[in-house]
Amino acid sequence: MKVCRILGRNIRDSFKGVIRNFSLSLASISCITITLIVVSISIILSYNVNSFAENVEKDVTIVAFMKNDITDEEKDDVLERIKEINGIDSITYQSKTDIAAEMMASSEDLKNILSQYDESTSPLQPTYQVKVKNIEEIGKIALKIKKIKGVDIVKYGEGMVEQLVSVFDIVRKITIGMVIALIIVTAFLISNTIKITIFSRKREIEIMRLVGASNINIKIPFIFEGLFLGVLGSVIPIIITTYGYTALYKKFSGQLFSPFIKLIKPTPFIYEISLTLIIIGVLVGMYGSLKAVRKHLKI
Amino acid sequence: MDLIRMKNVKKTYHNGVTALYDMSLTIKKGEFVFVIGHTGCGKSTLVKMLYRQEKPDSGYINVGGIDVTKLKNSKVYKLRRKIGVVFQDFKLLNKLTVYENVAFALEIFGLPKKEIYDKTIKVLDLVGLKGKAKNYPTELSGGEQQRVAIARAIVNGPKLLICDEPTGNLDESTSFEIMKVLEEINNLGTTIIMVTHDTDIVKRMKKRVILLDTGRILKDYEEGTYKHEGL
Repeated sequence: MKVCRILGRNIRDSFKGVIRNFSLSLASISCITITLIVVSISIILSYNVNSFAENVEKDVTIVAFMKNDITDEEKDDVLERIKEINGIDSITYQSKTDIAAEMMASSEDLKNILSQYDESTSPLQPTYQVKVKNIEEIGKIALKIKKIKGVDIVKYGEGMVEQLVSVFDIVRKITIGMVIALIIVTAFLISNTIKITIFSRKREIEIMRLVGASNINIKIPFIFEGLFLGVLGSVIPIIITTYGYTALYKKFSGQLFSPFIKLIKPTPFIYEISLTLIIIGVLVGMYGSLKAVRKHLKI
Repeated sequence: MDLIRMKNVKKTYHNGVTALYDMSLTIKKGEFVFVIGHTGCGKSTLVKMLYRQEKPDSGYINVGGIDVTKLKNSKVYKLRRKIGVVFQDFKLLNKLTVYENVAFALEIFGLPKKEIYDKTIKVLDLVGLKGKAKNYPTELSGGEQQRVAIARAIVNGPKLLICDEPTGNLDESTSFEIMKVLEEINNLGTTIIMVTHDTDIVKRMKKRVILLDTGRILKDYEEGTYKHEGL
């Protein structure tokens, strides 16, 4: 009962605190709002870059060209041997006819040339197209496939893929680093703004201490206040994220510049970001308040 | 029964100024004690140590059974709940009404609303401000503000009331009003220690007087024996 009353009073007081010190609360709230918008944008960017990188990586394929005169038996044997290799995601087979049909469809000239051959005389080579689970192992796997008897040539965009992988790796690290740095800067900015807010209420804290309020008793309303500031400050960033990203997604119909760069679908992405924003806002608000009050509770 | 026992208390501030040298003092329950002396003689330091706003460098202080020297920072509130403090500058919250300012000291204990109301009104009545409960401190005179501060200090029923120059900002007649209130509180059983410059008040009240000089007790006058001998 007593605990309930104290808790109730604390929540009520923290509401009052936000309202009574409205101009300073507004400063804290705007600070949280602005930084969270920046955080939100950087999260959206970094997730989209990552998802793009993942999509590209998924598309990278090893093409194993088999000898032109390979028999069906040998072909099945190659398939078995490829399956034995660790880290294989999927294998698809393209026969000479499949390849010929694909090439003939792509250009009139090729059609004229290829139509002169039949299955047995075709210069084309049947292929296995292999996707790997981890793109960083693609070189190793390609080498293993190359050693299999009956495999003639193995292609996977050597050189290019390695470069792509290292570039994506760097981009990923940079974006993650940026998001973390931004969150830290946000925490710092917000806690400083709250510190100023609380400094103006030094007297209040002093009096609370004088009349016998325990330290926890003094801290709790300020922590709640920080929580409210965090929640209030994350409202606008959440609205901007939710509506802004959905609108952006619709405007570009889910892709940027070309079908190659696909945007992440708004749901549940926007909800995840909103949740992240509110959590950051609340934690940073509470932390900022706590840190600022603690300073005034020494002696 | 001794309420306060100080033994060989020494305090030097960070800037090297020694405020108190080897101070020993006892104050009994129910006493009314004035602490007087020149500016910088250590009066304020002395009372600040009683409510542990300052820590002594060495020595022993016991207030109402609490060993103040061993009190942890996080446990200071236990001492503060036994002590009321009144300052020269009132230290009221101007955004709260008179009632709220006083009730503030009770709310932190999580008392029921009714009890807070009863106690607050009773104490406002005692200091003669029942009619101004809904006013804000800025709407009151200095004397009235000080009475609000006194009401807040005693609403918990502390054993000890410390007044650090409570009349410093007030004119003569208002000062005497405050003294009347303090005497009444003292008559109800609360021990009072009052730091002051005002020797007129001290002479009129005829209470125990401790005269400090450069961090030492120069003289400890029994009740009614202080005559104006200059500060």
